[in-house]
Amino acid sequence: MTVDWNAFTPLSALAGGALIGLAAVAFLLLNGRIAGISGIVGGLLRPQAGDIGWRLAFVAGLLLAPMIWTLALAAPELTIAANYPMLVIAGLIVGISTRYGSGCTSGHGVCGISRLSPRSLVATLCFMATGFATVYVVRHLLGS
Amino acid sequence: MNRHLVSALITGLVFGLGLLISGLANPAKVLAFLDLAGAWDPSLALVMGAAVAVGLVGYRLARGRNRSWLGAPLRLPTATHLDKRLILGGLGFGVGWGLAGFCPGPALVALGAGELKAMVFVVAMLAGMGLFEILEQRRAT
Repeated sequence: MTVDWNAFTPLSALAGGALIGLAAVAFLLLNGRIAGISGIVGGLLRPQAGDIGWRLAFVAGLLLAPMIWTLALAAPELTIAANYPMLVIAGLIVGISTRYGSGCTSGHGVCGISRLSPRSLVATLCFMATGFATVYVVRHLLGS
Repeated sequence: MNRHLVSALITGLVFGLGLLISGLANPAKVLAFLDLAGAWDPSLALVMGAAVAVGLVGYRLARGRNRSWLGAPLRLPTATHLDKRLILGGLGFGVGWGLAGFCPGPALVALGAGELKAMVFVVAMLAGMGLFEILEQRRAT
């Protein structure tokens, strides 16, 4: 393993992470909800009266973040190397798997581990393991 | 506009800014973190560490409460059992995450930044979630 120290951004990583944690805590204390993005979005596809507005409001906040960001700072760096067929395949897999597994990086990885939930710890270990393995296969075995 | 919607909007916004500042919204940075055998960028481990550190402290404030500060019922997951769905779902999610470098939150933020590729990912993700709902309904009947 070689660490790419030039790419390492500890301060922004810690600051951004703290902000994510703060938002997750605020969402529980104010709205009484877990800030799990796949659950919030997935619930929109199972619409129930009175259960839609807060989901849309949270998603709107996420969508507006880059616009607020560019009011003060240069456009954020977003490099999406995957081609379109790959994005479709990845999106389908992420959509169906996060609903089967009841969560993603936010709901399990941040909120669940913060609650010391054994389920979330197991789910996080599972997706981290296959995340590492997938990149290894794609980059080093298939060499694309 | 009621205060629950305002707080959801602002919380989503802060969450999104956190994803942008941390670099998690950038698939190239996510893949550099997941690439242990390449030139490894450990930054995202710190993102997760900081988020969980704040979360561990903050969630203690909610302990014992059954209403939020705004009066909403506190809805915490109650399931404790480890089942096949959780494990297979988790394993599958990691594969999709590793293929494109997107998980759900960052994909929505990148969509908000006007990235066409993020829109394609989000539409496919919604289709996957819709497929889940259809399969669940079939299972129930």
